[in-house]
Amino acid sequence: MIRRIFTTLAAIFVFATPSISEELKLAVTTSFHNSGLSDILLPALFEDTGIEAQLLVVGTGQALRLGQAGDVDAILVHSRAAEDAFIAAGFATHRREIMYNDFVLIGPAADPAQAGQAHNVTEALWAVSSGAAPFVSRGDDSGTHKREASLWENAGIQPETADWYRATGSGMGAALNTAAGIDAYILSDRASWLNFGNKAGLLLVFEGDEALFNQYAYLPINPELHPHAKSDLAAQLENWLTSERAQSLIDAYEIDGEKLFTFNATR
Amino acid sequence: MVKALFPLTLKEASVKRRGKTLAGPIDLALNRDGITIVMGPNGAGKTTLLRMMHGIDRLSTGSVTWAVPDTVARAQQAFVFQTPVILRRTVLENLAYPLHLIGMAKKEAEKRALQACADIGLSGHEGLRATRLSGGEKQKLALARALIRNPQVLFLDEPCANLDGPSTREIEALLNQAKLRDTGIIMSTHSIGQAQRLANTVIFMHKGALVEHSPSSVFFETPQTPQATAFLKGDILE
Amino acid sequence: MGDIWEGLRAAAWLLISFDADLYEITLRSLRVTVSALFISCLIAMPLGALLVLRRFWARRFVIAMLNALMGLPPVVVGLVVYLMLSRSGPFGVLNLLFTPTAMIIAQVVIITPLIASITHQALRDLWSEYHDLLISLNTSLGQRVRTLLWDGRRNLLTAALAGFGRAIGEVGAIMVVGGNIDHATRVLTTAIALETGKGDFAMALGLGMVLIGLAVTVNLTIHWLTGTERAGRW
Repeated sequence: MIRRIFTTLAAIFVFATPSISEELKLAVTTSFHNSGLSDILLPALFEDTGIEAQLLVVGTGQALRLGQAGDVDAILVHSRAAEDAFIAAGFATHRREIMYNDFVLIGPAADPAQAGQAHNVTEALWAVSSGAAPFVSRGDDSGTHKREASLWENAGIQPETADWYRATGSGMGAALNTAAGIDAYILSDRASWLNFGNKAGLLLVFEGDEALFNQYAYLPINPELHPHAKSDLAAQLENWLTSERAQSLIDAYEIDGEKLFTFNATR
Repeated sequence: MVKALFPLTLKEASVKRRGKTLAGPIDLALNRDGITIVMGPNGAGKTTLLRMMHGIDRLSTGSVTWAVPDTVARAQQAFVFQTPVILRRTVLENLAYPLHLIGMAKKEAEKRALQACADIGLSGHEGLRATRLSGGEKQKLALARALIRNPQVLFLDEPCANLDGPSTREIEALLNQAKLRDTGIIMSTHSIGQAQRLANTVIFMHKGALVEHSPSSVFFETPQTPQATAFLKGDILE
Repeated sequence: MGDIWEGLRAAAWLLISFDADLYEITLRSLRVTVSALFISCLIAMPLGALLVLRRFWARRFVIAMLNALMGLPPVVVGLVVYLMLSRSGPFGVLNLLFTPTAMIIAQVVIITPLIASITHQALRDLWSEYHDLLISLNTSLGQRVRTLLWDGRRNLLTAALAGFGRAIGEVGAIMVVGGNIDHATRVLTTAIALETGKGDFAMALGLGMVLIGLAVTVNLTIHWLTGTERAGRW
């Protein structure tokens, strides 16, 4: 009896992995995926080119590592300094700017640190550093985390040792969940924030500083380093991402009536 | 016809475990002679003697040899334990198991198992889980399973120690039948009555040593040693 | 409390509406886990039996290792399997990373020690019961292994179900080696992690309910098929 169950199940399940058409592996940041834009772009991409882009949703740090190891064919990330280092090391052939959105400072609805009244992001962070409420950091070496660190540095604050600073070491959504749980301030990309389902007592308290500008760039993996990388598919994807079709989709994408991304690729 | 196993020869054979001698050293030559009964008080080394003859207890010294090579001899023996080892299978599967092991065809094995089942009066219970049988039925099953390959030698270690009168009677009847089919039987018991009913030859053990080895008529009427005399009188041996 | 209620409603709605994605990822969860379980059993059960039957020099060491590996954090297994299967790793040319096969490999590594250990414990008791008889009957090693595995099958089923439970609910390792790619390697657990990350607790909980339901269904089905409940134990 047991033998029969096993053989039947084995016959059904083991290794029935069908391989289909043109697949390309693309490592993207959580902020991009959580925005919901990928759900709009991927079907259109498939329709136009027949390419099935398989997304690996990870932090920028891990995306770069996957690219470095040759485990993905291209990456879409948002951390200029890390991208430049990546290209300098020869892991990618070039970077192509696709679009941008911005970061926003989220905080408790009552805004106990009065960060909402700041004139720029530096003032806002000074206000947060008063410690009136905790600040949750991604702490995962992601693009958002790197941006947050540079903003603190520009403001002349070293928050890592402060008791109001909580580094979670998690993705954007998990970090937002943490912030919602303890009524803390947090730096988030706008897309993730708008798409976040568990806002609880949090509100957007500061936005609009140019220093919060968030550029997404596309980097195809260097085929000389990883000959198996599907560089022709990666090139097709790059062409499509910078096409008019992609532009109209990106610029038209809204959540709750708010525009999220601005297309800025140069053709 | 399979070559005869007997005589069985033990030379200086002993079994020690953790520095303690369980039995031996024993010198003994045994011919096929119906039923040989190993007697002696508890702890005399009866079980160990049987197990080393059968080859399932490793010898510490000496040798146990049959008239044929060991591998041939082992295939012609069977052992019934004091507490029967019952496989977690049906009665029929228990009986057929030794036959499957030697690669007998399923049909033939089943036929023989069915016959054996009838011989021990368990017809109609073939499909029953053997672990659910009573103590007496389990021991009969173990005996029938031991006999199913028609061994030349059958060892039994106190097979009736935990059984009631009727069950003991049935086991003894089965043993007498086996004896008539020329199966050499070597069996331990501490029951003097059972020994008198069954024995052709008696081996008497005390404190791990072989004390007396004689035909049953001689042993029961004129025991040669003070230990055997005391044992038969019902004294407690120390 | 509200979230839990919402989760139940989401689960019910997912099931009633025959959500295609849900069926896809549920089926993939089952496929990956059952494949891993099948392979693990093939490795672990004979291994467990051999550990009972053979007194080789490293036996104690292997048993201790199995027990230690049972507590291995899945994410570490995931990382090691990732490094092995990565394009830059020793088995990169096989191109298995981010496929269901990679997830199966990781799960095999995770549950094989568990199944082997439970098998070893169960068969050790059975062997002490059978020892004298099987020695007396002059059985070969292969015959002993087969006899123990067959007669201990009910306990082995428990071992297999424990392995199934650990594999179906596992997320750390398969997230790393599978990558949670939609329509390719997304399974129930990684989908739950994803929805939690989006803050969509109702959907996450709904998927969780489906996962629990699946585990319960599989357990009940196996018990029913083998009649363990009706016929009692040996």
